[in-house]
Amino acid sequence: MSELRIVTKRCGQINPLSIDDFLAHEGYLALEKALAMTGPAVIDEVKTAYLRGRGGAGFPTATKMMSLAVESDPVKYVVCNGDEGEPGNFKDRYLMENDPHMILEGMAIVAHATGAKNGFLYIRGEYDLALKTMKWAVEQARKRGYLGRQILGTSFEFDVEVRSGAGSYVCGEEFALIESIEGKPGRTRVKPPFPTQKGIFGKPTSISNVETFANVPVILAMTGKEYAKIGTKSSTGTKLLCLSGNVRNRGVFEVPFGRSIRSVIDDLGGGAAGDRKIRMVQLGGACGPIIPPFMLDMTIDYERFEEFESKTGAGAIIVIDDRFDLFQILLRIVRFFAHESCGKCVPCREGNAQLELMIAKFIDRRATMADLVSLESLARVMHQTSLCGLGQTCPTSIIAALRYFREDFLDRIEYPGL
Amino acid sequence: MIKFRINDIDVECPPDTTILNAAKAYHVDIPTLCYYPDLDIKSDCRVCSIEIVGQKGLSTACSTIARQGMQVLTNSPRVLNARRTIVELILADHDANCTACAKNLKCELQNLARKLGIDSNRFPSVLKHRSPDDANPALVRNPDRCIKCGRCIDVCRNIQGIGVLEGMGRGRDVVIGPAFGRPLSDAFCTFCGQCASVCPVGAILEKDDTEPVWRALHDPRKHVVVQTAPAVRVTLGEESGDKPGVIVTGKLVAALRLLGFEKVFDTDFTADLTIIEEGNELLERIRTKGVLPMMTSCCPGWIDFAEQQYPEILPYVSTCKSPQQMFGALVKTYYAQKEKIDPADIFVVSVMPCTAKKYEAKRPEMSVDGIHPDVDVVLTTRELGKMMKQMGIDFDELADSDFDRPFGETTGAAAIFGATGGVMEAALRTVSVLLGEDKDIDLDFNAVRGLEGIKEAVVELGGIPVRVAVAHSLANARILAEQVKNGTSAYDFIEVMCCPGGCIGGGGQPYGTIAKTRVDRLEATYRVDRSMAVRKSHENPAIKEIYGEYLEKPLGERAHRLLHTHYHKRSETGIRP
Repeated sequence: MSELRIVTKRCGQINPLSIDDFLAHEGYLALEKALAMTGPAVIDEVKTAYLRGRGGAGFPTATKMMSLAVESDPVKYVVCNGDEGEPGNFKDRYLMENDPHMILEGMAIVAHATGAKNGFLYIRGEYDLALKTMKWAVEQARKRGYLGRQILGTSFEFDVEVRSGAGSYVCGEEFALIESIEGKPGRTRVKPPFPTQKGIFGKPTSISNVETFANVPVILAMTGKEYAKIGTKSSTGTKLLCLSGNVRNRGVFEVPFGRSIRSVIDDLGGGAAGDRKIRMVQLGGACGPIIPPFMLDMTIDYERFEEFESKTGAGAIIVIDDRFDLFQILLRIVRFFAHESCGKCVPCREGNAQLELMIAKFIDRRATMADLVSLESLARVMHQTSLCGLGQTCPTSIIAALRYFREDFLDRIEYPGL
Repeated sequence: MIKFRINDIDVECPPDTTILNAAKAYHVDIPTLCYYPDLDIKSDCRVCSIEIVGQKGLSTACSTIARQGMQVLTNSPRVLNARRTIVELILADHDANCTACAKNLKCELQNLARKLGIDSNRFPSVLKHRSPDDANPALVRNPDRCIKCGRCIDVCRNIQGIGVLEGMGRGRDVVIGPAFGRPLSDAFCTFCGQCASVCPVGAILEKDDTEPVWRALHDPRKHVVVQTAPAVRVTLGEESGDKPGVIVTGKLVAALRLLGFEKVFDTDFTADLTIIEEGNELLERIRTKGVLPMMTSCCPGWIDFAEQQYPEILPYVSTCKSPQQMFGALVKTYYAQKEKIDPADIFVVSVMPCTAKKYEAKRPEMSVDGIHPDVDVVLTTRELGKMMKQMGIDFDELADSDFDRPFGETTGAAAIFGATGGVMEAALRTVSVLLGEDKDIDLDFNAVRGLEGIKEAVVELGGIPVRVAVAHSLANARILAEQVKNGTSAYDFIEVMCCPGGCIGGGGQPYGTIAKTRVDRLEATYRVDRSMAVRKSHENPAIKEIYGEYLEKPLGERAHRLLHTHYHKRSETGIRP
């Protein structure tokens, strides 16, 4: 089983710093095609393709575009979320570093379809090369008339401003990202109003992931109908997967939805490194579930992932072999979230600190049955009551571990009298 | 109308109503913590989590709009568990040594914990100790008690337009305070105390000055006198359980006597005096084509704000001291002389609705002998409430008592100083007469009353149209100050009060001040006014007496020395010299 490279088709094939190279590889043809269509027709195409957000939540992109298109405010923003802070994810970086114009093309198409004139590209603070590459691409696109006024000789006008975060994980959350663009500390806001109603500086704003935008020119080029034939019925197209951890070949792989995790690890990743035994796999990133090897036959699609009570779809597959201790991994994850929590809402701010103490108890074999109950209850409360996606998903690994590795927890409990 | 279900009740509400408000109308109690009726919805604490049947996660009642046909559960097992867990989490990161806190039994977190039946906590304390900020005379911030609800940030930034307080850091390292960890004294804080007024716990409190008052009261060498501000008589009852809007003037005086004050005086007297001085200053400025508009100077929060952020407009501000400081200056001169007491032995206590007054009394200019402050200690309404409890005073059972002479005879004009627009109205009542308006004018200048942020009116006084404006809350004050600074101000006379509603909504008033409370207190204030025999400051016989006996004439030499002051530009950084 091999890859299906439609989004990454140019990656590694062209010089990312050369717009001419991009143009020589069908670059900006999809934009040209889109500009010949009406906005609603473009949205229709995306709808037919049934493109869903590639940032993790899997929200239908056409619906999001529609809600921005119906806003009557003359100032609207299209924002590309390149704040790829989820540990184990590097697909957006791969796209930005290798095919920057494709992202700009996608943004321009969405802007045309929704009537937005301004765009922001928000890039993770640590992504130095992606930042430089994208800035260079924006400059070139402006010079060559693919951004700015009268794009491709039409009345369409659109420009992109590249912004960078200062290294905060939560800035990938849409409202924290908006606050950050506004120059404020990256902390989420209460919804409603939603970004499409009141986003950046109070203006209607639509935020999508880098990979989502990169899919838009592909859809326009091949038509939504053809695109929808790729993948599964409810999860169309391809997914960029970031394979990392104890696996032979690590990197970004593009596969159609519907493949099994095992086939990705074995066929593309070449199996566990050093032929060791896979002990567990974490899906999506630090905010994703940890699953045991017997579940690796599950397919990669939105529905299957949603069963984990997590918005996992970002694309990380972190392979962990039998040298590693589940609790050390959980401790690391919890510490990561305790550090990255913005501190706004109670369950996330205070909950992670308590989770850390509880996991430490299991590591030290000081935990009791009551601690197990508390751990499970707290993780669920955090999941159900946190204000934003960070707080809601940070206990996912623990919730999954409690389900699939319960024995490990029970093994570490001190039973009085024994 | 939106129809939906809360628990087993069919409810109806207008569109765009939150579940919390819809539930309230049906007496369904949903506990809250960060929610405060007058402020933005923050939805930070998640205490008001409720279950919407069919949804995986829980939603917060404060921020979720009711939708047709939804089914809301406010006490499902999931909700009860989440609510309890959240409050336990908060308590585990809170200095919950309740008996060592001024907020004990008035604390919203404590009440909530009791209401939810939390008498043990599954979670160990994770509190990281941080030092309190008490480097100013007015307010103390105690980060160990802060639960990061965000109310203080909101009131400081959005109501007052100052924005001194902000959340810094992330996760559990979040600290709410002035930027760069500075103390309040080195930020643009005006000590208005609105943050303390809305803080649900004891994280921001007025500096407790009850101890020095007890010491003075127990010191036989000290002659301890007290003055009470106009706005205290309509709020003190709340400290002993009254509903807002009860007038307790007589009981207030009686309580102060029981506490042991030798003389109980009324700041209303010097409020009348302020009107005479300020009214004449205004006339002088109008006649000599001096600097106009003139802006009032009774409010120390406003003065601090102007000195820090609008030094350009200081010449527009009346040079009159505030009534509190006029009182202090007169007690330590006129009264001392009259009663043949060494001013150094007189101890002046103020009871104020205000935390900024604590700072005002400490200003170096506010000392007639240059050594002792004119006002020795300022207590808030709340601190007086505390002292009454310490003395075991049964407030409800007190028999009314009258203020002492010579600072006890007052007018309705002085009484309304506590309301936004009150100083303006009192001034208009007097200035109209000074300008020769002989006909009996209507004393109720309704255009300057009420809770609208900025009120304006043109008042015909003795044939001269005087254009006036009234602002309350510093965000509104900024609008008028900006106009004055730009030279675009269309007014002759501007009143500014820093707290919403004026002093009746002051930062030192009983807790729980919301829009409705302000309305009730305002109504009471105007009731006091109507009940007074004399309603114009210049008709106060005691005022006439003090000018005849001591002050000679308004704006005269002695008046200038004792009743007027000057202002200073502050450094650009907000750091006080």
